[in-house]
Amino acid sequence: MTGVDQRTQDVGDVREQRRVPSRNLLINGGFAVAFVVLLVVAATSTDSFLTDDNLTNLLRQSVTTGLLALGMLMVILTGGIDLSVGSVVALTGIMAAGLAEGLPVPVAMLAAIGIGGVCGAVNGVLVAHFRLAPFVVTLAALTTIRGLAYVYSETPITPTEINFLTLGTELLGPIPVATLLMVVAFALAWLFLTRTTAGRAIVAIGGNREAVRLAGINVPRHVLLTYVISGLLAGLAGVILASRVGIAQPSVGMALELNAIAACVIGGARLSGGRGSVPGTFAGVVLLALIDNLLTLHDVQSYWQQVLKGLIIVAVVLARRREDA
Amino acid sequence: MLVLDGVRKSYSGVEVLHGIDLDAGPGEVLAVVGANGAGKSTLIKILCGAVKRDGGTVTVDGRPEQLGNPHAAAALGIRTVHQELSLVPDLTVTENILLGDLPTRAGLVDWPAAHRRAGELLRRTGFSGIDVRTPARRLSVARRQMVEIAKAMASEPRILILDEPSAVLAGDDLDQLFALIRSLRAEGVLVLYVSHRLEEIMAIADRVVVMRDGVITADTTPARTDEAELVRLMAGRRLDQIYPARRTEPGAELLRTTGLSREGCFTDVSVTIRAGEVVGMFGLVGSGRSELAEVLFGAAARTGGEIALAGRPARLRSPREAIDAGIALVTEDRKATGLVLDLSVRDNASLATMRTFRRRGLIDRVRQARSVGDLAERLDLRPRGISRPVGQLSGGNQQKVVLSKWLLARPKVLILDEPTRGVDVAARVDLYRMVDELTRAGLGVLMISSDLTEVLGMSDRVLVMHEGRVVADLRSAETDEEEVLAYSIGVAA
Repeated sequence: MTGVDQRTQDVGDVREQRRVPSRNLLINGGFAVAFVVLLVVAATSTDSFLTDDNLTNLLRQSVTTGLLALGMLMVILTGGIDLSVGSVVALTGIMAAGLAEGLPVPVAMLAAIGIGGVCGAVNGVLVAHFRLAPFVVTLAALTTIRGLAYVYSETPITPTEINFLTLGTELLGPIPVATLLMVVAFALAWLFLTRTTAGRAIVAIGGNREAVRLAGINVPRHVLLTYVISGLLAGLAGVILASRVGIAQPSVGMALELNAIAACVIGGARLSGGRGSVPGTFAGVVLLALIDNLLTLHDVQSYWQQVLKGLIIVAVVLARRREDA
Repeated sequence: MLVLDGVRKSYSGVEVLHGIDLDAGPGEVLAVVGANGAGKSTLIKILCGAVKRDGGTVTVDGRPEQLGNPHAAAALGIRTVHQELSLVPDLTVTENILLGDLPTRAGLVDWPAAHRRAGELLRRTGFSGIDVRTPARRLSVARRQMVEIAKAMASEPRILILDEPSAVLAGDDLDQLFALIRSLRAEGVLVLYVSHRLEEIMAIADRVVVMRDGVITADTTPARTDEAELVRLMAGRRLDQIYPARRTEPGAELLRTTGLSREGCFTDVSVTIRAGEVVGMFGLVGSGRSELAEVLFGAAARTGGEIALAGRPARLRSPREAIDAGIALVTEDRKATGLVLDLSVRDNASLATMRTFRRRGLIDRVRQARSVGDLAERLDLRPRGISRPVGQLSGGNQQKVVLSKWLLARPKVLILDEPTRGVDVAARVDLYRMVDELTRAGLGVLMISSDLTEVLGMSDRVLVMHEGRVVADLRSAETDEEEVLAYSIGVAA
């Protein structure tokens, strides 16, 4: 039988070689090329790209998308979607600012993040236990939570406590604290998804829910968990955003969910679940921030920015797909 | 009619077909056999236009053909029933059969005509008793297979390729398939029949070609060869004994059911499984075998009766409870319910036991790798690496991964539902050997199979199910294939 098995093995090895690039972003051809090209273009086409101010700004601006994308990744891995995160950013931001009028700032912020978790839990219960479609549930949540943000305060709230701004603006050396927080969140998420039983279960659920159920794993509980994580991270993002801008508005964060989904997809996530990685998503977030930054530095009109961004996303995903095939 | 000359195919620089020459005529039933990885699937894919060949020519009716895409192949009358079923689950049987070719009237689908046509096609293939208005997802695997075959017939094929058609068919259904093949042969259709099941090939084929390592190693007829020789040609080695010699002194009772029922599936089933015993279960599709397995595993609820484990009543309300009570189930359809194809061997093998590898909140990767690696070694998993996605393994090796998953859970009772479906001979032998080893170590095994030879070869006792009831409990040594089959179709006294 050795002959036949040898053959099987050979074929398998070839496939593995062929697939490795798409599984490992660091050596992912198309993606790396896109990235390097953008960096080179950015650095050579304008003097202002490589300045401390600009780089710090870039890092800071990627925080919101980054945190949302991380939560989105968890949900997408199970085969779900969370369209409500942009609204959660608005609700938690404005509640943090509002609560900070009567409570110590850290307490107000934690409470607001908790509200984000509650939003996620409601989504999660409806999806996991009532078996409603994630798209529909979170679409309803998108409008409900946005409405709640306006109900809470129709007008923007400007926090008076000066330490409300610390989280969003403080620097640790050249790096914004918020950015560090995001990097820590990514590191923890990576550890969670690769090294914990719950994380592995989440990845497996998106790949084959029935096999996971028959392996004795509580599927609804894990699905619920992903929505709670997404809500908490959206809450954190909302608080950081309000803190950075220094003013909380109920209208903030429109369409942020789309950026988060785009970052996941650019990073190799599959919307039907089971495939996607934390490093890939991180790269997706940075790439999106880079595109935004570059277009702004070149004074591209904002409508054209949207058009170009859309085209670049399609190009990157096309390049990826060719490698996956 | 169909002539292949030096057909070659490489994937990423590695050649998997090294020049296939084949010449087949109308009205011929040509069996293609070979172990997994021999190149059969690639050959089929080339013929049905799913992949392009790199070299050589394919001539159909004397004209060289490109076969660049499935459309081109279909236009030549080449139809394929794939091993992986391809029905759209939410569409009805009618829509699946007539997909892309629904009859219309005044621009709208003419549903009465469509249902009639689909019904006729099903009847023509000999598979009656399927409601054409049912969504495909409600059908059992065997029924779906029948629908697939009817679908292939919808376009009057001239060359019909059947890839492992019998993997899910048994008894009457298989006879129907054979009757269909014979009538197609009479009409001058060329039938390419790919199967692991040599008995069937000996029964139905006019000619047998054996593939190994991407070449055709033998071209013979059933009259000139026998199963032992075919196995030798496929495997490149002699399989003196496929089934291990059973010597059994059953030990303590592990599992007993009394009057177990699930409405609409099976009724009043009382079985006992003892330590060290392989209990075979044979029954035709729809006899309630798989449903019984699900109930024993807590994956489906029972509506009556008792289950006792080691003499104590057990509730088994979920797979988790069953696993904790020492029951494991290798399901019938490993791709749909057994494996997460994108994930690695390591992840899949430890799916049911992840928490036992936990140390300070994290999975202890070293211990996990050692446990999975040990099993890979014991089961002779090929290739051995445990970080490869299971989707890249052959069917036999995928089944070894499923088995590993359950062995890590250290079960007392192992339920195997069609464990060798789509598994090549060599991997089968490994699985059989493993089952034998496990029972020697005191496990009790319930082995559900629609392969008569396998059931009798592997088990100490055979339970025969017919229409949801266990109609016979026979000692394998004292019965034979005819008797078991007779019970299963309800004709035995």
